[in-house]
Amino acid sequence: MGAPGSAVFAGGGQMMGWRSLLQPHRIVLMALFAGLVVWCAISLRWDWIPEYAPLAIEGAWRTIWILVVTTVVGFLLAIPLGLAQAIGPWYLSMPAKTFCTIIRGTPLLLQIWLLYYGLGSLFPQIPWIRGSELWPYLRQAWPYAVLALTLSYAGYEGEVMRGAFAGVNKGQLEAANAFGMPRFTMFRRIWLPQAIRNVLPTLGGETILQLKATPLVATITVVEIYAVSSRVRSDLFIVYEPLLLLALFYMIIAGIIALLFRRFELKTGSRL
Amino acid sequence: MDLILDTLGLAKSAELLSLSPPGWGGNLLRGLANSLQIAFGAFGFGLLIGLFGASGKLYGGVVIRDLLAIYTTVIRAVPELVLILILYYVGTDLINQASSALGYGRVEISGVVAGIWVLGIVQGAYATEVLRGAIQAIPHGQIEAARAFGMPSFMLMRRVTIPAMMSYATPGLANLWLIATKDTALLAIVGFSELTLETRQAASSTRAYFTFFLAAGALYMIVTLFSGAVFARIEKWARRGQPSLRGAGK
Amino acid sequence: MKLKTFLAAGLASSLLAAGAAAAQEVKIGIAAEPYPPFASLDASGTWVGWEIEVIDAVCAAAELDCVITPVAWDGIIPSLTGQQIDAIMASMSITEERMKTIDFSDPYYNTPAVIVADKSMEIEATPASLAGKIVGIQASTIHQTYANAYFGDAAEIRVYQTQDEANQDLVAGRIDAIQADSIAMADFIGSDAGACCEIKGAVANDEAILGKGVGAGVRKGDDALRESLNAGIAAILADGTHAEITSRYFTTSIYSE
Repeated sequence: MGAPGSAVFAGGGQMMGWRSLLQPHRIVLMALFAGLVVWCAISLRWDWIPEYAPLAIEGAWRTIWILVVTTVVGFLLAIPLGLAQAIGPWYLSMPAKTFCTIIRGTPLLLQIWLLYYGLGSLFPQIPWIRGSELWPYLRQAWPYAVLALTLSYAGYEGEVMRGAFAGVNKGQLEAANAFGMPRFTMFRRIWLPQAIRNVLPTLGGETILQLKATPLVATITVVEIYAVSSRVRSDLFIVYEPLLLLALFYMIIAGIIALLFRRFELKTGSRL
Repeated sequence: MDLILDTLGLAKSAELLSLSPPGWGGNLLRGLANSLQIAFGAFGFGLLIGLFGASGKLYGGVVIRDLLAIYTTVIRAVPELVLILILYYVGTDLINQASSALGYGRVEISGVVAGIWVLGIVQGAYATEVLRGAIQAIPHGQIEAARAFGMPSFMLMRRVTIPAMMSYATPGLANLWLIATKDTALLAIVGFSELTLETRQAASSTRAYFTFFLAAGALYMIVTLFSGAVFARIEKWARRGQPSLRGAGK
Repeated sequence: MKLKTFLAAGLASSLLAAGAAAAQEVKIGIAAEPYPPFASLDASGTWVGWEIEVIDAVCAAAELDCVITPVAWDGIIPSLTGQQIDAIMASMSITEERMKTIDFSDPYYNTPAVIVADKSMEIEATPASLAGKIVGIQASTIHQTYANAYFGDAAEIRVYQTQDEANQDLVAGRIDAIQADSIAMADFIGSDAGACCEIKGAVANDEAILGKGVGAGVRKGDDALRESLNAGIAAILADGTHAEITSRYFTTSIYSE
């Protein structure tokens, strides 16, 4: 997942000037594309949009919310996972490595179903859970969705961070050590910032991959943007229109993610 | 053996997973075979697209380069699930319309072929980038030397470019293969009886959700670990004769 | 080398697929997700159930060469219009909304829609009683349309891809009630898993949404197939085959004029 992830980003990084858009073949391509858009607008059915717009906005918001929460928490989990694998003693690195291997070795869809329906099939057997204060949350679908996506991101990024921690220049750490810098300060001031700077391009790609994983949670009744498009599909029996809009939505969000990470990178100077 | 399973409380799981009915193990294995078949086909089809895509991006004209850029950007930004739905319905629709326009009746598209075509197009976009990077990593002198001796371009590709880029491309392709095996799970959403759908059917028929999801997870893990070992060997083979990268430093 | 093999395999499989089109068989689409007692998969990988037997009987009576083809329920109508299947026989109710996209044969069974909930719950099948509750339904069904129309304002509607997942979440207590077909629900509450729950009553009928029974869906204009399916359904109703199959699954008739 790592390699194509970073490739996504490299592709997004090649910004073209406006002038280069004015080459003859590009004008033809754009005209063709515009023609396609007009054809879609005329010959496909769009009258349903006003009715479903509020639902779609709610769904889009939920997609973004899930994406942000799971990437942030997942990344925070990935730091200890990477550290444990890079320098931890065997009793820490072994479980961390096993966790990452299992997460990366099985389909996310299966993980989501295992968490939601697997745990769901246990609840009737344990009556006290239903009486506990957590029950109102355990009844909802989103905690399972967030948990599954967070663990998945942590698993993939744990592997990325392992490489990043191992790749930080040893000389700098030795220098800090020589100046008597405490171990935690050294980690916080030198090791972690450099590791993060090194993985920023990869993280951008991985975050887009995480965005692309979010529609899977629709299968456990979370109503995000994909679920809304399914609803339109099943209410009106139209196939292409909601899917095309959906594809457009994901492309815009992916573009925004790529731009955000590019700005981060320029700020931290990780593309020197 | 039975005694051990009994004491662990796993007798029921073992019975559910046994290979012959009333066990569902046979169904899971059949699903796994379908998954692997689709993954193989999609990976191969993707590799083929990737090879042409990479050459197009590197040596093609401006129009081809732009079209390929659109292809790889769109495919890599839209979720596989959405792409699978679009390509599945659009693809079969178009083929049927084309064949009825030409006067051949309906073309039967088997689930496996549709799965290979859909996942192959997705894989192709990633393979294009992986192979492009690998070709660019080949020292340019090698290709120039072959050209200087008047090697035809197809022979150049077969004898120089592909062997030389193998070592650079293998890690990325290994990743792609793992993505292909796991993406087959998404075909469960369009109703292909691959491993994940078979698992879901078995789980809901027996209500042993944990047993079956864990068993399927184990099967996927076995595939992953086995492929990891195979690709490690391929990489070693592709790198033969090259200096070790380990000692080269960062 | 590897590449050539892949290419050859790809070509060969697409040629094979094209060649198979010659035989004139009718692909009957059923939902790939189990829907007991109408259609479910057994451990040997064959589909069994009331509806599967009816499909066989109808096809035999109409002298059609039928092949049962499981497709995702969620996409079953696009699969029909996209020509991946020729007819839908998957407990699909004949509704006006669906008639805009596809045609239907005559009905071959009909049952009311009911609300199922935990035995300890005091729930009736009315919008007022379901206010503030979570109601689970299967996606792309008449129940989804009905629940959205009648309960959507007051209750939370949770949409499942399969009926079975909704049932499981009812048992797990994640949802308070289910709206579904009465026969599928009778089967569910009769099973060990569904022992917790009972049928609380039928919802008020709305024929525009709930339809006029379950029929076989065919592509618009495919009148030849529709006529022969109608003939098959009429034949098995007349000669008692329908009643015989029903008696082996249910205690009461599930067909009325």
